[in-house]
Amino acid sequence: MRTIFEYPSHERSDGLFPEPDVPTAGLERLIGDGLLRTDRPRIPDLSEPTVARHYTALSKLNYGVEDGFYPLGSCTMKYNPKVNETVARHPGLAHLHPLADAETAQGTLAFLHHLAELLGGIAGLPGVSLQPVAGAHGELTGMFLFKKHFEVRGETERRRILLPDSAHGTNPASAAVAGFSVTQVPSDDRGLIDLEGLERELDGTIAGVMLTVPNTLGLFERDILAVTEKVHAAGGLCYFDGANLNSFLGRARPGDMGADVFHFNLHKTLSTPHGGGGPGAGPIAVSEPLVDYLPVPRIERDGDRYVFDWDPPDSIGSVHSFYGNVLVAVRAYAYLLQLGDEGLRAVAEDAVLNANYLQARLKSTYPLPYDRLCKHEFVLSGANLAEGISTLDVAKRLIDYGIHPPTIYFPLIVREALMIEPTETEGKETLDRFADVMERIAVEARDEPELLHEAPHRAPVRRLDQARAARNPVLRYPFDELS
Amino acid sequence: MRYLSHSDADRREMLASIGVASIDELFADIPAAVTDRFRPLGLKGRSEQEVVSTLADSAGRNSAADAVCFAGGGVYDHYAPSLVDHVLLRSEFFTAYTPYQPEVSQGTLTAMFEFQTMICELTGMDVANASLYDGATAVAEAALMAERLKHRGRIAAAGSLFANVRRVLGTYCWASGIEIVDLPHRPSGVCDLSDVPEDVAAIVLQSPNAFGVIEPLDGVKERIGDALLIVSANPISLGVLEPPGAFDADIVVGEGQPLGLPMAYGGPLLGLFASKTEYLRQIPGRVSGRTVDVDGSVGYTMAAQTREQHIRRERATSNICTNSALCALAATVYLATIGAGGLRRVAELCAEKAHYLADRIAALDGFDLPFSGAFFNEFVVRVPGDASALHRRLLDAGYLADSPDAVRAFGVENALRIAVTERRSREELDRFVDQLGGAR
Repeated sequence: MRTIFEYPSHERSDGLFPEPDVPTAGLERLIGDGLLRTDRPRIPDLSEPTVARHYTALSKLNYGVEDGFYPLGSCTMKYNPKVNETVARHPGLAHLHPLADAETAQGTLAFLHHLAELLGGIAGLPGVSLQPVAGAHGELTGMFLFKKHFEVRGETERRRILLPDSAHGTNPASAAVAGFSVTQVPSDDRGLIDLEGLERELDGTIAGVMLTVPNTLGLFERDILAVTEKVHAAGGLCYFDGANLNSFLGRARPGDMGADVFHFNLHKTLSTPHGGGGPGAGPIAVSEPLVDYLPVPRIERDGDRYVFDWDPPDSIGSVHSFYGNVLVAVRAYAYLLQLGDEGLRAVAEDAVLNANYLQARLKSTYPLPYDRLCKHEFVLSGANLAEGISTLDVAKRLIDYGIHPPTIYFPLIVREALMIEPTETEGKETLDRFADVMERIAVEARDEPELLHEAPHRAPVRRLDQARAARNPVLRYPFDELS
Repeated sequence: MRYLSHSDADRREMLASIGVASIDELFADIPAAVTDRFRPLGLKGRSEQEVVSTLADSAGRNSAADAVCFAGGGVYDHYAPSLVDHVLLRSEFFTAYTPYQPEVSQGTLTAMFEFQTMICELTGMDVANASLYDGATAVAEAALMAERLKHRGRIAAAGSLFANVRRVLGTYCWASGIEIVDLPHRPSGVCDLSDVPEDVAAIVLQSPNAFGVIEPLDGVKERIGDALLIVSANPISLGVLEPPGAFDADIVVGEGQPLGLPMAYGGPLLGLFASKTEYLRQIPGRVSGRTVDVDGSVGYTMAAQTREQHIRRERATSNICTNSALCALAATVYLATIGAGGLRRVAELCAEKAHYLADRIAALDGFDLPFSGAFFNEFVVRVPGDASALHRRLLDAGYLADSPDAVRAFGVENALRIAVTERRSREELDRFVDQLGGAR
């Protein structure tokens, strides 16, 4: 497939923008020679049909949720309702300048305020900020709140964050960007937090823990109340990564488990699209002791009007240019309004039903290291399937069957991990076909291993040389080599 | 619930195959002490039709969306060709995840590679990443990167960064223990570099700056020792302005919203990030790289991943994971559709119209332009009388300009900041001038 830079480019008469309707003086006079560009950026001038065909062709090299099953663990690849796209494109919402005075943006402020209330209700926590724009951004904002909390209390020696070894990579990275050091706590043989191991680490240098509930094995932390009680008793705070919220909607709230900060991934749980890697949204809900530190500006209700509060004294400041990803928030809001309480509960029920059904069907074919009822996802192992066969081979072979591979090699505590999250929007027929294919691949692994080693066979490209991309990085189109 | 696919018979069959009697059994591992405290939202589900009506009603209460927009500050009212949104609505693009499986993500990865190339072309830099959240966090990430490279514990920042950018930079630097030295501006509006401390990791400039004034970058590097030069630039302006790379900038960042994205009440936005090759191992975020498959065919994959959180965890260069991929695709399609020629045209229209308006306003009695530095499409005007009252009157007449607070924060009293894009017709500009003149 060509890049856009490889089509014949030609000067063309423009039809996109009007002719100047003001007297023109020329930029040399208006701005001055020394500041003006002397070269021409190498962005081709192409006809619209050429550009349309190019990006349509590129789109066909991609695989999205509407192309088929996408059981990418931890990512909650549910169907993205079309109405979300419709409401987000309403000109009254989309063409609103962020510096418009609050009184001229009341419609948006009202729904943002209501969404924040609903998210607080789902989390069971009193304070919400919609400002973080991704899960990791929510984590970072949460870590900033932790830091502020201890700064205000004069406990600046609390600089350590505890993490289970099953944590998402963003957790330790977020803690580190906020200036904390990270101590990893091993999971026990049930795949859960080792309470005794945790307790040994709880001293005066602990700022808190970062947990994922249910954890990345898809297992609910049965001792969650004991964990958060012990951390709180030691003067620490509890961060909950909300990636797995889809599994307990309508049944439980992180605030009731002892969470001090909980982040939502609106692009996972609340159906907003992933966009090939964003934009998402990572609003946070926080416990009472942290409310005063939330980012500015805050959207407050004043009678029947909505206003900004810019000056709460202890705020950490801002973490985004404006108010977060408003047009992602409106998609999540539309979804929540459609679902209501009953819909939310139904989502979690089918998400968990689907995961357990697949787990039950597949555990006789693929090793299941932690064999218990799971929540919304589960982790199989691709190890020992056949001599020389790896999880990567299984993943690439799934592509040949028109299925997106699961998350692989994560969590790190399972060898050759295959992390499978079917989500609630998939029907039984899809799940059965996936299980059939996985069983067939296990047979192929023994009988025709080269089919797996050489997979994918039916993708736009064959297996790519990622080592070469790392060793010899070509990160932009090499005009100079070709011209 | 119409987004679910099972019949009740399916559910019964599946429960039986799992070996449990009820759905509730699947949730038995959540402690009763937790579930007992659960309270529903009190929210009754609505039909799609009702939800569309509800949000149309919300949209109708945003009077600013109907105003003639002269507001700027990083987000501008540009025109996006129709093709951009049609491409974004391809579900293969917008419903896909981060391209962890390159063989089924060549669309996203190729577009990322094109985006990186275009950003390098615009900024005059060697490498660009596939996007950050927004222009403000891009400035913050650049500052953190400079500190990782230099270990000085402080950076210098022009006092004429947009206030929201400075606020985000302040939050990130506070958490990392980096001190920020704010640099004053000269009467012309450009940053005063005569007294930059020697031991800073980087100097952060914005061009055009918060007054709309273009920072002359020629010779800046020679004056700042071995500190890194970080420049935050408006990408449309780079259609006509000499790019920071030509002045040996080390890192160039910016807000990419002007490249075909709606104003969106400030989000989603698009963080641009480009640097010199020598800093590749320290840049934050995703990067797409060219490679070959086992047959030797060209393909793309995520590259330089050993910097990233999913590999390096607490030693990663940034915690960023989900970024603004679809916004980067929008910018790519925007630039591909208008081409270098169209970009130049848009930039010229913005600049010509802005200068036409500035000249007309400056000719009004009692109005003047407090800064003499060259500007692109945004400028500050000092107004006679109470700027806040004038701002209000403009709003009532259907014109949105930045509030006087936007410039008061920089010590400029009784002034408005005005931004002009190619979308403003001469008639709108003239009527706006009439409003200003008549409002005295």
